[in-house]
Amino acid sequence: MSGPIISLSGVQKYYGDYHALRDIELDIAEGEFFSLLGPSGCGKTTLLRTIAGFEDASDGALMLSGRDMKGVPPNKRPTNMVFQSYAIFPHLNVAENVAFGLRKHGLSAAQKDAKVAEALAMVGLEGYGGRAAHALSGGQRQRVALARALVLQPKVLLLDEPLSALDKKMREQMQGELRRLQRQVGITFILVTHDQEEALIMSDRIAVMFEGRIAQVAAPQTLYRRPETSQVADFIGVMNFMPATAQMAGESVETEIAGLGKASLAPDQCPGGVATGAVHVGIRPEMISLVFEGEEVKAATAKTTVVEQYYYGDMTYYDVALEGVEKPITLSMKNIVGRPVLERGAPARIAWDPRALVLFSA
Amino acid sequence: MSLRVYAIAYLIFLYLPIFLLPLFAFNDSTIIAFPLDSLTFRWFYELWETPALHAAVQNSIFIAVLTAIFSTLLGICAARAAAKYEFPLKRPIMGLIMVPLVLPEIIVGVSLLVVVVQLLEWQLSTWTVVGAHVLICTPFSIAILNGAFQNMDTSLEEAAQDLGETPFSTFRLVTLPLVMPGIISSLLISFTISLDEFIIAFFLTGADPTMPVYIWGLLRFPQKLPAVMALGTILVLLSIILLTIAEYYRRRGLARAGLKDKGGFL
Amino acid sequence: MLISAPALYAILLLAVPLGAIFLFSFWTQDYLTLITTPTLANYQEAWNEPLYGLLLRRSLMISGAVTVATVLLAFPIAYFVSFHVRPERKSLWLFLITIPFWTSYLIRVFLWKVILGYNGVLNSGLSGLGLIDEPLTFILYNANAVVITLAHAFAPFAILPIFVALERIDRSLLEAGRDLGETKLMTFWRVTLPLAMPGVVAAVLIVFIPTIGDYVTPRLVGGPNGLMIANMIQTQFLKLNNAPMGAALAVVAMLFVSVIALGFVWLNRKFLRVKQ
Repeated sequence: MSGPIISLSGVQKYYGDYHALRDIELDIAEGEFFSLLGPSGCGKTTLLRTIAGFEDASDGALMLSGRDMKGVPPNKRPTNMVFQSYAIFPHLNVAENVAFGLRKHGLSAAQKDAKVAEALAMVGLEGYGGRAAHALSGGQRQRVALARALVLQPKVLLLDEPLSALDKKMREQMQGELRRLQRQVGITFILVTHDQEEALIMSDRIAVMFEGRIAQVAAPQTLYRRPETSQVADFIGVMNFMPATAQMAGESVETEIAGLGKASLAPDQCPGGVATGAVHVGIRPEMISLVFEGEEVKAATAKTTVVEQYYYGDMTYYDVALEGVEKPITLSMKNIVGRPVLERGAPARIAWDPRALVLFSA
Repeated sequence: MSLRVYAIAYLIFLYLPIFLLPLFAFNDSTIIAFPLDSLTFRWFYELWETPALHAAVQNSIFIAVLTAIFSTLLGICAARAAAKYEFPLKRPIMGLIMVPLVLPEIIVGVSLLVVVVQLLEWQLSTWTVVGAHVLICTPFSIAILNGAFQNMDTSLEEAAQDLGETPFSTFRLVTLPLVMPGIISSLLISFTISLDEFIIAFFLTGADPTMPVYIWGLLRFPQKLPAVMALGTILVLLSIILLTIAEYYRRRGLARAGLKDKGGFL
Repeated sequence: MLISAPALYAILLLAVPLGAIFLFSFWTQDYLTLITTPTLANYQEAWNEPLYGLLLRRSLMISGAVTVATVLLAFPIAYFVSFHVRPERKSLWLFLITIPFWTSYLIRVFLWKVILGYNGVLNSGLSGLGLIDEPLTFILYNANAVVITLAHAFAPFAILPIFVALERIDRSLLEAGRDLGETKLMTFWRVTLPLAMPGVVAAVLIVFIPTIGDYVTPRLVGGPNGLMIANMIQTQFLKLNNAPMGAALAVVAMLFVSVIALGFVWLNRKFLRVKQ
């Protein structure tokens, strides 16, 4: 593969005193489905709008397929955007919306029509060209916005929270379709979202942002299993943090975890760097299991009491109290045939695999 | 329910003078009072045969057209600036521009009179009336156009730029079509206000009276009153037609922007 | 900058002339020559000449009465349209309310003279119904006629701001009021009315201030006892050719109007805790 399609280095953005983007260093490869994930106000939309050209970086460089984008207005950039509100022109019909950007491409009317039809087919809106913009449902508006951007064959497609306005069913359907569409057209997609599940499902790589800074860039599995900071771990999924003490033992780190006892951690279990002394150790709820009578356990075990029980249907979540530890930890069990759901106050033996532990400096 | 009765009574109160107009306009009697006499069209003929009235009407239409164009242009600038940009002293500047909406019209009239006649020593003319009418119509234009500009999703303009249009072509292809109903509505309203305005025009009109100034003159002559009623009937019809068109465009503008109608010009 | 054109226009044709009026009020006129020596003579005359004081007091009284009448009459209409008219019919109602306002002002005022006159529509109608023997005379050529006519002329100016304020009220607040144990009437008193106050304040100002400056209505239907300060300003400028005196009267009138308007807003802020 050639160099990155997008390369940001040392990008800063100030609004008056407010530091919206801090030292952004980021390379995005051609054909990648890349997500910018973070809570509202973290700068992810500002970063996207900087790439699109609606915001000027206060400092730093933005290269788009090897070309410096400084001072290049949005209409001259090889990027196109799907807006959060979709920004469907209300005075134009569907076909006119999709053809909007083709005006200066020097195409004949027939060529234009063919391109529009092709783009509409791609998003599953064949024959909708004559519809008025206001007669569209939310999902359809989103598809028109997609077709309108994709028909220009941009180098990069920017999506600003495109699914946040849709209901849950529609959102899940569109997540699959977007992913399929991206594979089909092979264009780099950059998705802004605050929904960690959405980012995990759809992306090749994810950048997690907090307060204008990129905290971690990684593939979904790495991000989930090996978060570099407790903030990232906390933002993505559920993570139990347990106080522990750590010391080096050769390559690995020996830890003494409150309530769970001793565990030895390999270097890859310290993604944020090896730390010793007072630390925190994290473990995901699904990496802990209840041990029922008659089950054989190879992993380490501990005695607990059920403090609270949350029945989800397919899963049951439990808050369990470890002996001598105040803060309960959360675990989840699949509800399979023959497995009982424990009530509050019931004693429970838990098992965990030390390989699932992650170390965070305190 | 009693509220509805009250509302209908109130509407009758509002429309009472307008209902009376045609009654007297077609009444074959020089006295404006009941009981009514037989039906006649002669007051309309009389209007037709009054050259001074025609001159006044032409003068007023000229003033109203210019007023509509200038105040709408100024309104577009101000509404656009208010909706899109932050600038120092925004509130005081916008406040000053909107002041004529509440300022007693006589103050606008006499203050301009003082400047034009006493300080600049110019002659009063049709243009002094245009100047004052633009001043009082601009706030109405802004009020109408503000709705149009503020209702527009800014991401529409961004989308157009993102799809390759320059800021200028974005304005032409996206902004203008979307605010066009507001512009038409503003033109019609300014035209209507100017055509009807008397208090200021009375101070500032030159040798050629405007139509309301001419009507004011007629009100002193009882034998002319039926003709005034006939003229009034025509004017009411004209206003209703213009306002209906303005309202139609205002609603179409809302529909285009995909918004719910919240009602009202102001 | 876009704003500069309208701003410049407002400064040249509004701020500068207002300044000029103020300046003028300190000058004097001797037949055809302006004497530009600053003097308070005009204000002294305004203070000493009982006619001016009488006209100003009467103007303020009439404007006050017009404002009270207009706003009181308008509130139920605004309330009705906002709360009792189906949403899709609201703009039709507003349209109906605004139409009379846009039709020839002079002729409308004149028609009130026809309606209220000795042989007018009202008197002939009432006597036709046998309700009165003698025509009513207290309704034309006095302050009552001015109040009725102006209340008619400014109706939409009062209705629209109140309507807008009422529309903004979240309907669940009223349900909350009922839910918390208040009657309908008390909910109106404790929830709806305070929330509608910004609209009422706007309506009061937008009616009170311009009515002071109307000289057409008093002249046509007011009779000698219905004339207002604006008539005198007009006379000074156009008939007596004493622009400085007219300017001084205009300044005095504006001053009183501003003080009363600001005082009203201040009282509102203080006692009703209205957030603008």
